Amino acid sequence: MSATDTNQRAPKTNTSARTAWRHRLAERGMDRQLLLLIPGLACVLALFVYPFAYGIGLSFQPAQGGVFGAYREFFTDAYQRDTIATTLGLALPAAILNVAASVPIAYRMRGRFRGKRLLTTILVVPITLGTVLTAEGLLNYLGPAGWFNRALMATGLTGEPVRLTNNYWGVFFSLVITGFPFAFLLILSYLSGIDPTLERAAATLGAGRGQRFRRITLPLLAPGLATTFCLTFVLAFSVFPSAVLVGDPAGTTRVVSIAAYHAAYEAYDYPLGSAIAVVMGVVELVVVAVVLGLRSLLYTGATGGKG
Amino acid sequence: MSGFSELRLDGVRRRFGGRDALAGLSLTIRRGEFIALLGPSGCGKSTALNCLAGLLPLSEGSIWQDETRLDTVPPERRGFGMVFQNYALFPHLSVRRNVSFGLQMRRLPRDEVRRRTDEAISLVRLEDHAAKLPGQLSGGQQQRVAIARAVVLEPALVLMDEPLSNLDAKLRLEMRTEIRRLHQSLGLTTVYVTHDQEEALSLADRLVVLRDGRVEQIGTPQELHNRPANRHVADFMGYRNLLPMRVKAVHGATVTVDGAGVSLDGTAIGPVGAGDEVVAAIRPEDLRAGPHGVPVTVEVVEYQGREFAVEARTGEGVALHLRALERPAPGERITVTAAPSRVLVFPT
Repeated sequence: MSATDTNQRAPKTNTSARTAWRHRLAERGMDRQLLLLIPGLACVLALFVYPFAYGIGLSFQPAQGGVFGAYREFFTDAYQRDTIATTLGLALPAAILNVAASVPIAYRMRGRFRGKRLLTTILVVPITLGTVLTAEGLLNYLGPAGWFNRALMATGLTGEPVRLTNNYWGVFFSLVITGFPFAFLLILSYLSGIDPTLERAAATLGAGRGQRFRRITLPLLAPGLATTFCLTFVLAFSVFPSAVLVGDPAGTTRVVSIAAYHAAYEAYDYPLGSAIAVVMGVVELVVVAVVLGLRSLLYTGATGGKG
Repeated sequence: MSGFSELRLDGVRRRFGGRDALAGLSLTIRRGEFIALLGPSGCGKSTALNCLAGLLPLSEGSIWQDETRLDTVPPERRGFGMVFQNYALFPHLSVRRNVSFGLQMRRLPRDEVRRRTDEAISLVRLEDHAAKLPGQLSGGQQQRVAIARAVVLEPALVLMDEPLSNLDAKLRLEMRTEIRRLHQSLGLTTVYVTHDQEEALSLADRLVVLRDGRVEQIGTPQELHNRPANRHVADFMGYRNLLPMRVKAVHGATVTVDGAGVSLDGTAIGPVGAGDEVVAAIRPEDLRAGPHGVPVTVEVVEYQGREFAVEARTGEGVALHLRALERPAPGERITVTAAPSRVLVFPT
């Protein structure tokens, strides 16, 4: 009798021990649902992490010049090195303008009013167009025989067409047109996350319109502006199609991505191409780190709104 | 802007999408008075407060501070302090900077800003928390910061929009006493919006009862408590028994009413004649179990500390709310009476 008793009890204690162990794991967030992560994780590893690591590795294996040969080649050649300054010269002003232009427009549009949806749609349409269509539009509109120049000449403001395409300005306009909707949408959502009664409270305390914006809304919005700036900057920094289509890809708008493309697919120097891509990433990271470092000095807590 | 002898609202009306949120509020506020705007939600009391603060433009009417027209002055130039329902503290500024914000907006000398800020913070006893951000404070502390921020400017008028509604019951009582104490010591003219009749009765010198954007009655707490002007005010002031009845006889101010198997003597408020349909209003605490009176059957008994709240039903099924000193058993038959002076009879 006693023998069968122990036989029956043994599996029971076993199961309960296993259940307890499973409970302890579940408390730390480890359960079978974790298996659902596997397909996503596999994709990330195979399509992003591995090629990324491979590219970094490749950049340290040039045909000549040792481990840092490709980097040395990039930084010693002024034609290559200057692409960083060219790209920053395009991306920083474009990102700043996009953020700066979005703030007043989003500020005016944060309440409810008739036709808000239509206006938002119009402002957001450029996202859906893509850079190529934007570039084509710019060429047609701002080009030497475009409506803009014809209008200028018809009114007698200039004698000859103003050059606004196939140079710095063409790329800059393209970056503003495609980057503005992102900045605007982000800032609008940050602004509607700020409780509107805060400004009303400031008004009852004697703050005028300008003071209310400067002392209440702007400090609460600033962290959002920093984040928005980082995102639009990264978008603008990797400019490639518009730099080629509406820019001057051999001269004033020879951006980093063009340099990388040339190295890899025209000179077939993969290590140099990879090195340029790595340099590009590091420059972006430095700018983002500086901006986020400044952001961390600001108040980043709750803003009382609907989030 | 500080110091006025009276503030006059003259037919203040505010429409939202064709509907009157506030229909013609006329009220004179004397200096140092504590006025409560009382009414259920959606009655227009917050609209009235926002109109006074200048946060909502008027659709019609005017607001006068002595001989100065005020309703065209923007909020930042009215010099009124306001305490918001959700406190509206600036989340990125410390308690000290929140309180000193208004003083800095007035470009007062630095010494004066520091001195008055310190005074206001110690007035609400938050000296230990002056350097904290609002998010690090409890609800009651945030409330006190909001009050300090509003009173530090020694405003001509303090506006409070349901300031206690987000606090728990115990804290609400404490803050209520605190607000009354502040009013007594600073003598600031105050307009206080609430839906809680007990809060309004205990705080205010005068009450304005609003319903559907209209003034139902203006009076002292005693007047409203004892002589509500109509059945709606009575309902709001805690006259829980509102019995539809018919007048049987009138003897001067005393009328005899009956209906639903109950016959009562009461006091007429307004003109009533024999045969009129009326509403008899009685507070539960004025309806007592006694040896004579209306026979009722006890249904529900709630313990309320000092006494019991009883819901009973008459023979014809009309529910009555009353108080009893001893616990009656459910199902027990008792008789209840009310003094004729405490039974108010309103024409319908």
